[in-house]
Amino acid sequence: MTDQPDQSVEGVEGEERDDLSKAESRQIRARSVRLLGSLVHPMRGKLALAVVVVVISTISQVAGPSIIAYGIDTGLPALLAQDWMPVALAGLAYLLAGVTGALLIAWFTILSARISQAILFDLRRRVFLHTQRLSLEFHESYTSGRIISRQTSDLDAIRELLDSGINQLVQGVLYMLFTAIALFLLDVESGFILLASLVPLLVLTRWFQLRSQRLYRRTRVASARLIVQFVETMTGIRAVKAFRTEKRNEREFGELVEQYRESNAKVIRLFGVYDPGLVLIGNVAVAVVLLVGGFRVIDGGLEIGVLLAAVLYTRRFFDPMEDMAMFYNGYQSATAALEKISGVLEERPSVADPEKPVDLWHSAGHVAFEGVEFGYTADRPILPHFDLDIPAGQTIALVGSTGAGKTTLAKLISRFYDPSAGRVTLDGIDLRELHPKDLRRAIVMVTQEAYLFSGTVADNIAIGKPDASRDEIIAAARAVGAAGFIEGLPNGYETDVNKRGGRVSAGQRQLISFARAFLADPAVLILDEATASLDIPSERLVQDALQTLLADRTAVIIAHRLSTVSIADRVLVMERGRIVEDGTPDELIAGDGRFSQLHASWRNSLV
Amino acid sequence: MQNQRDMQNETEPRRAGTVATLARLRPYAAAALPRIYTAMVASLLASLVALAIPQVLQWMVDGPLADGDASQVWVAAGIVLGLGVLEAVLIGLRRALVLTPGTHVESRMRNALYAKLQDLPVTFHDRWPSGQLLSRAVSDLNLIRRWLSFGLVLLVVNVLTLVGGLIILIVMNWVLGLIFAAAALPVIAYGFAFERKYSSVARRSQDQAGDLATSVEESVHGIRVLKAFGRSRYALKRFESQAEELRGTEIEKAKAIAGIWLYLTLIPDLAFGVCLVVGVWLASVGQSSVGELVAFFATGTVLLFPIWSMGYFLAMTLDAKTATLRFFEVMDAPNTIRDPATPATARGGAGELRFDDVHFRYQDSPDAFPDLVDGVTLTVRPGETMALVGLTGSGKSTLTALTTRLYDVTGGAVRLDGVDVRDLTREQLRSRIAMAFEEATLFSKTVRENVLLGRPDASEAELREALDIAQAQFVDELPHGLDTKVGEEGLSLSGGQRQRLALARAIAAKPSVLVLDDPLSALDVDTEALVEAALRRVLATTTALIVAHRPSTVALADRVALLEDGRITAVGTHSELLATSEHYRFVISSLEAETHAASEEVSS
Ligand SMILES: Nc1ncnc2c1ncn2[C@@H]1O[C@H](COP(=O)(O)OP(=O)(O)OP(=O)(O)O)[C@@H](O)[C@H]1O
Ligand SMILES: Nc1ncnc2c1ncn2[C@@H]1O[C@H](COP(=O)(O)OP(=O)(O)OP(=O)(O)O)[C@@H](O)[C@H]1O
Ligand SMILES: [Mg+2]
Ligand SMILES: [Mg+2]
Repeated sequence: MTDQPDQSVEGVEGEERDDLSKAESRQIRARSVRLLGSLVHPMRGKLALAVVVVVISTISQVAGPSIIAYGIDTGLPALLAQDWMPVALAGLAYLLAGVTGALLIAWFTILSARISQAILFDLRRRVFLHTQRLSLEFHESYTSGRIISRQTSDLDAIRELLDSGINQLVQGVLYMLFTAIALFLLDVESGFILLASLVPLLVLTRWFQLRSQRLYRRTRVASARLIVQFVETMTGIRAVKAFRTEKRNEREFGELVEQYRESNAKVIRLFGVYDPGLVLIGNVAVAVVLLVGGFRVIDGGLEIGVLLAAVLYTRRFFDPMEDMAMFYNGYQSATAALEKISGVLEERPSVADPEKPVDLWHSAGHVAFEGVEFGYTADRPILPHFDLDIPAGQTIALVGSTGAGKTTLAKLISRFYDPSAGRVTLDGIDLRELHPKDLRRAIVMVTQEAYLFSGTVADNIAIGKPDASRDEIIAAARAVGAAGFIEGLPNGYETDVNKRGGRVSAGQRQLISFARAFLADPAVLILDEATASLDIPSERLVQDALQTLLADRTAVIIAHRLSTVSIADRVLVMERGRIVEDGTPDELIAGDGRFSQLHASWRNSLV
Repeated sequence: MQNQRDMQNETEPRRAGTVATLARLRPYAAAALPRIYTAMVASLLASLVALAIPQVLQWMVDGPLADGDASQVWVAAGIVLGLGVLEAVLIGLRRALVLTPGTHVESRMRNALYAKLQDLPVTFHDRWPSGQLLSRAVSDLNLIRRWLSFGLVLLVVNVLTLVGGLIILIVMNWVLGLIFAAAALPVIAYGFAFERKYSSVARRSQDQAGDLATSVEESVHGIRVLKAFGRSRYALKRFESQAEELRGTEIEKAKAIAGIWLYLTLIPDLAFGVCLVVGVWLASVGQSSVGELVAFFATGTVLLFPIWSMGYFLAMTLDAKTATLRFFEVMDAPNTIRDPATPATARGGAGELRFDDVHFRYQDSPDAFPDLVDGVTLTVRPGETMALVGLTGSGKSTLTALTTRLYDVTGGAVRLDGVDVRDLTREQLRSRIAMAFEEATLFSKTVRENVLLGRPDASEAELREALDIAQAQFVDELPHGLDTKVGEEGLSLSGGQRQRLALARAIAAKPSVLVLDDPLSALDVDTEALVEAALRRVLATTTALIVAHRPSTVALADRVALLEDGRITAVGTHSELLATSEHYRFVISSLEAETHAASEEVSS
């Protein structure tokens, strides 16, 4: 990282890069293993239990053949002597071992599902919480599609590992260990041959590890791209249709699908070499043991029976190899996914929660900007230098041409972003130190985009106050003049508004968002173009509601339609990130500044 | 944020058989099938070789080696090595044969699904949560691929091995063989119960995974709202409860698998126990020999693994089946908005847009409600600009959506130059009518790509012109000018900037009819005036239907149509309507009634 100062793999940076240096590769791999460790750690008790269960069930399964041997060797002669006891005993023992083994395996299946589901749940939750915590800055560039791909296809990869995992791993390792020990006890020389065969095996595994690591990373990137495109198409389906981009999209998507397929096929092909490679090494080892042992038998150095056993043990040692290879393959795939997820989790929110939060139980609603500078990117300041004092209880109308920075100002007050210099305060407390829950309770913003979640109208209004009663919800809807249309919907407040509120009209969406804010009842209310899509009569109703609502609270109303000005105590005119005029509406209208012009032309447009 | 999981349940088709369902994959898998069959053969051969190696070893050790012939040792090792290599090659062959074709099948299905989704009408997308579509396109297809290239092959190989093994056992000793075979009956019976149970749980888990994806998507798309109200915790709680449900379902699934595993391990073991006792008894009465017994049990033991793994493959097959069902739910969805068989030609018309007694109602609208658009008759003459005015929720946007067939009328007809829009292909129609929606709907592409969405081959000058008309000169101040990416949904632009790009996009498409839904709502008074001045030039020659809420937007129009109760109740110039229509005054006027009267007195 030090040799390439402009590149880093911190967080999600370089997520799509394909040319990671060794150090970087190690860095993100370590990060992903750490995450895996932290996920597995709380499960260690259950994991130990699961291992014990597998061991016992394996033993009872292994016991089967011995019992059969006993039944035949001892039971048969006894039966010939008319003694049913040993046979019956063997039969019973066999049943018992079978039942125990079966029950334990069943138990283990459930146990391991509990473990893996707990891990997945934990991971899902962590990612969700973290993405919620990350600032808008992050979301703007990262896109929802990629977060969704982290939460879906990446999680699927981990799930595949967990589902197939522990059972094979534990059984396989135990089995190989015991077989190897047995071989050494039987014949040391054959044991060493087996040991020697581990060398090519490790070489092959290392080769697979390096190659697959890279390829699996590529599949993660490819699947994320695919999902991003998919999500965006479905979200903008109307524009897609209206502008006939279906064919072009199909081509683009087809390319992404092909990239994903290609990288998938490559990694599968790699495994298609690795797996038979392991089998081959095992079989060669068997042949070598046979060859060396054969000569020793001829020299008289080895019993023939021992040779047979040694050869069989060698062969058996490699039996679980395929399972182990599959596990390793799954592990590689899962860690690649975890690399990406851990990258997201490693992102620090640029708007961080305070370390020592200051409580503000009751806010008066006094907002101030002190020497604030802000830009979305360092080279393009939006608010070059900004001072503003909004006394508690004042209603401000913020006007100015589009792109002047009004929304930006509002976003700073509601701490979607932090200023790069200076501070924004509420009741004298820097927003960066204020307890988030107090901040959110005190300051609420109705955004320019009226976003509704799928769910009922009531649910959507209740976002303003999750524990609100139905009466409160209805009262809020009534206050903003939304009750009329809501009651006209097929199921009233229980009507599902569909995704993004597609079931209701644009104006109706704004009314619902507005009711939401009404219900939240904050000390500082910011309305960003909250009535832009409303018809004039509804807007008038909203204005009336505002007049009572805003009587005792601070408000910043951003609007291009100057009708809001009538309810404002003070008007701010903003141009290119600066306040160019500031005064009561009457003063400004009476003056000859920008606002009086604006107001005049607006008046003229009215009828 | 609540999900619509019940939606699919309503439409759940009659329970189709597993085989019948999976057989529907055939068109997509056809090219891969020969290789899949070959892979099965390779896989069978590999198992045979694997079985043969121990036998050969035994034979070698007993025979040549016992003779103490050194040259024979080389031969023996050589044969074992040869078999070993053969086994590895066969395994490699199986993988090589199926895995790449499997990925092709997956790609083909994914592309088909995407194409189908783009083709399906907006009504479909209104109803279907996006996570459900995504989970079908990604996880389900992944599952199907894994089943095709892995599950199917091994399932068939396993079944064949089992049948072969059983026959061998019966030939070896028919009494014991039949006892063992009889044990299969309860397993098979349980298998049916398992199929039913597991299928429904698997289906539920896939649906819940889709819902979870929907929640994730909404939590990110709606993050501004969640942040503005400080509701991240609340969203997390809802997400957790959904994830919890999924976890419960997954554990239920594991329990079902545990159930069948229990049967699959227990019953063969029971059968073995009985065989042991009976076998020993048979031997004691001279009906069988010790050697035969040993051989019987040795072979039986070999069958245990395929029996156990049946549980795994069965579950995988059922997962694939429900995934297939989910895939075909989308693929089978009827498309109500299709191109006509013999499209009319409407090239080069002047661009007259006519609504002929148009009726429209949304699909979920209760019967008791009148049609939302209840007999609209309106003609927008070529080159004319018509403003559409009406209250919030009166159906203005709906009416505009009918022009490009985002929805189809339920009665009457929309005509472009006298041709019913349903007689044109969607491509023809939509290249003649361009829309700007009330929400900008930009894509996370560059400014240029966004503006030229409707006409990617437009020249630089045309692009510039469109941007100038929409007063979108701000693009030059963006970090990379026209090549700046606008962020997801254009959210790294200001509201007014987004809206102007959407307007520029409609203009750049150079349509004969422009349909603009409240295109100036996010602009300040000055910019609005500039846009209007520039737009007039375009509108002089282009037919336009413009939804308007403000008198300032209405000023663009030659005539105004008033939408009221689903009908056009008045058409005329702005001042005519002001004078004659009570409702128009109510909708558009912000001045108090007295002022109105006064101003009217003045003007008259
Ligand atoms: N997330 C962002 N990333 C980068 N630049 C941004 C972002 N949001 C806004 N900008 C830029 O900052 C400037 C101010 O935008 P802002 O949204 O504050 O304008 P506004 O005054 O609200 O305009 P409008 O009236 O159109 O809503 C614009 O030039 C815009 O392009
Ligand atoms: N997809 C839909 N399914 C069912 N009903 C819908 C759908 N979209 C809109 N509606 C309903 O149809 C009516 C008309 O909606 P439309 O969006 O056409 O109104 P509008 O006149 O454009 O209003 P606005 O001025 O607020 O944009 C509304 O009452 C709305 O609730
Ligand atoms: Mg804004
Ligand atoms: Mg509308």
